Amino acid sequence: MAQVQRQDPQAEMPAGEPATPEASPRTRSTTTAWLLWLARRVGLAILTLWLVSVLVFFATAALGDPIRAILGKDYESSPSRVATLEDQLNLDQPLVQRYLDWLGGLFTGDLGTSLSNQLPVSELIGDRVVNTAVLVLVSALVMIPVAFGIAMISAHYRGKRPDHVIQVILLGLAGVPEFVIGILFVALFSTTVFHVLPAVTISAGGEGPWHNPGSMVLPVLTLVFAVTPYVARIVRATLLEVLDSDYVELARLKGIPEGVVMRKHALLNAIVPGIQVVALQLAWLAGGIVIVEYLFSYPGIGSSLVDSVRNNDIPMVQALSMIIAGIYVGVNLIADVLSILFTPRARTAIAS
Amino acid sequence: MSTTTATTSGLRRMLHQRRLVAGMIITAFVVVLAIIGPWIAPYGEHEIVGKPFTHSGSFLGTDYLGQDVLSRVLAGGRSILVISVLATALGMVGGILIGLIAAYVGGWFDEVLMRLNDVALAFPQILLALLVLSAVEQPEWWMIVLLVGASHAPRVARLVRGVALGLVSRDFVASAEALGESRIRIVLAEVLPNMNAPLLAEAGLRLTYSIGLVAALGFLGFSTDPGGADWGQMINENRLALLVVPWGVLAPVIVIGIFTIGTNLMADGITQLAEKGGES
Repeated sequence: MAQVQRQDPQAEMPAGEPATPEASPRTRSTTTAWLLWLARRVGLAILTLWLVSVLVFFATAALGDPIRAILGKDYESSPSRVATLEDQLNLDQPLVQRYLDWLGGLFTGDLGTSLSNQLPVSELIGDRVVNTAVLVLVSALVMIPVAFGIAMISAHYRGKRPDHVIQVILLGLAGVPEFVIGILFVALFSTTVFHVLPAVTISAGGEGPWHNPGSMVLPVLTLVFAVTPYVARIVRATLLEVLDSDYVELARLKGIPEGVVMRKHALLNAIVPGIQVVALQLAWLAGGIVIVEYLFSYPGIGSSLVDSVRNNDIPMVQALSMIIAGIYVGVNLIADVLSILFTPRARTAIAS
Repeated sequence: MSTTTATTSGLRRMLHQRRLVAGMIITAFVVVLAIIGPWIAPYGEHEIVGKPFTHSGSFLGTDYLGQDVLSRVLAGGRSILVISVLATALGMVGGILIGLIAAYVGGWFDEVLMRLNDVALAFPQILLALLVLSAVEQPEWWMIVLLVGASHAPRVARLVRGVALGLVSRDFVASAEALGESRIRIVLAEVLPNMNAPLLAEAGLRLTYSIGLVAALGFLGFSTDPGGADWGQMINENRLALLVVPWGVLAPVIVIGIFTIGTNLMADGITQLAEKGGES
């Protein structure tokens, strides 16, 4: 989605303020075009989210037999529990009716009741959403400078030994599943070898995990290692493309030092593709947290999702899946808008 | 030298691609290990050789039930290998079909297909599998194949559509159309064969992700065969002892890591080979 949008020729310049009376007709049409693009893009995101909700609901409610899965062997022997659960899941109503009720609940903030402990879903996941957001944001804040730094070093030594070494390491890391990296970190830092960092996140009595920063190091480090290779490789490719361009050649001929060329000319032009790949990876993090949180028992929505799936807690799974898919759609939307704002070419391109 | 046939020069070019060769060697090593593993294992898959989490049995010690870790690593590769390869094949075939149809038919049909594709892309791959597994009591192996394959298909479709769009406007497609060849024949005989290199590279990448996903599902505790030897599942079973007797966890983790590094190097090697081939 992001890739296609980046080349969207209808992209327009945001005029910042509403067109003033003395503004030329052209400025006004530019603003309208920009607003039109934005409206279309937001509309697409909402359409996607709606289809996501259809998929989430029918995948969980229609494909399997949740009650049989919850009760397991007790299914045959206790018809009363079957009836209770059927009542709780409103199974007597038609599927479409149940979907509409659920969708309505999403809008009013009523996410249903957890099947495993009978508490409201919104109450159960409130804190966890914050915990996960903190984990993802901290990981992103560490990852972005690291990835751009590695890309700059690699591009600087293009074709030489340091570049080759970095590329092979990044390539090796890129394919390795995140739990492999995480477990190796645990083995290295919390057990036999160093024994300096806790292997699981300990958060006592409702406090956020950041009150115990040591326990956040390994989850963050794992996510950073899982994501950095992709970002660094793409940013390096972009940097090389820019470094080959005419204006960089001109800057060099003018005698501007290579370091300045790299920072001012190349890096600034790599920001837009950088935003796109960072956004894609942030969206990927929404999935990566499932495994990393479970591995480190981090109290976020990812570990909660694993537990809910295992307990066949359908209302929880539906709510958590919507949140994770929503993060993806939202991050992509923001990335597209930012890319347009940062690209003068796209901004000034004339509508139609 | 001019007598060298196309095949041998292709082979020579391939051998010069160090990443490809290294990737193929690593992958082949793990695949062979997984296939012949059960036969060379010193103990049986379910054989109790000593107390749990001790150093009895072979050099990697015992697991949570007292079974031999080395034997279970050797026995546990087949399931992950078969499921990953089948899931990759399914995802590739599905994605190629969707992508080719979208590119060739075009118009509103293409637009609708790609919007639906975006919806599928909004789910991280592991989430799609977890969603369906939440309503299932005990996952079967074919469910994992279907779910992992289905999570690959939209990603493959997007790539295939992009590559195919560049091809359908080329002259050889136009001339085939002028000759009155059927659409299916044009797509299968003219467009598809020209996409070999990107498709092969994508298949290598998808295989890497399949291995990671299948192992991750086992690690999260969604096993198709509880108690059976499986690399992902072994990590989950022995997790508690990671701090004390790490090999029950580390051995499968390291094999999975090596396997994915191999397949990923291979995929990258194919990409590079295709780029160089295109230049000359």
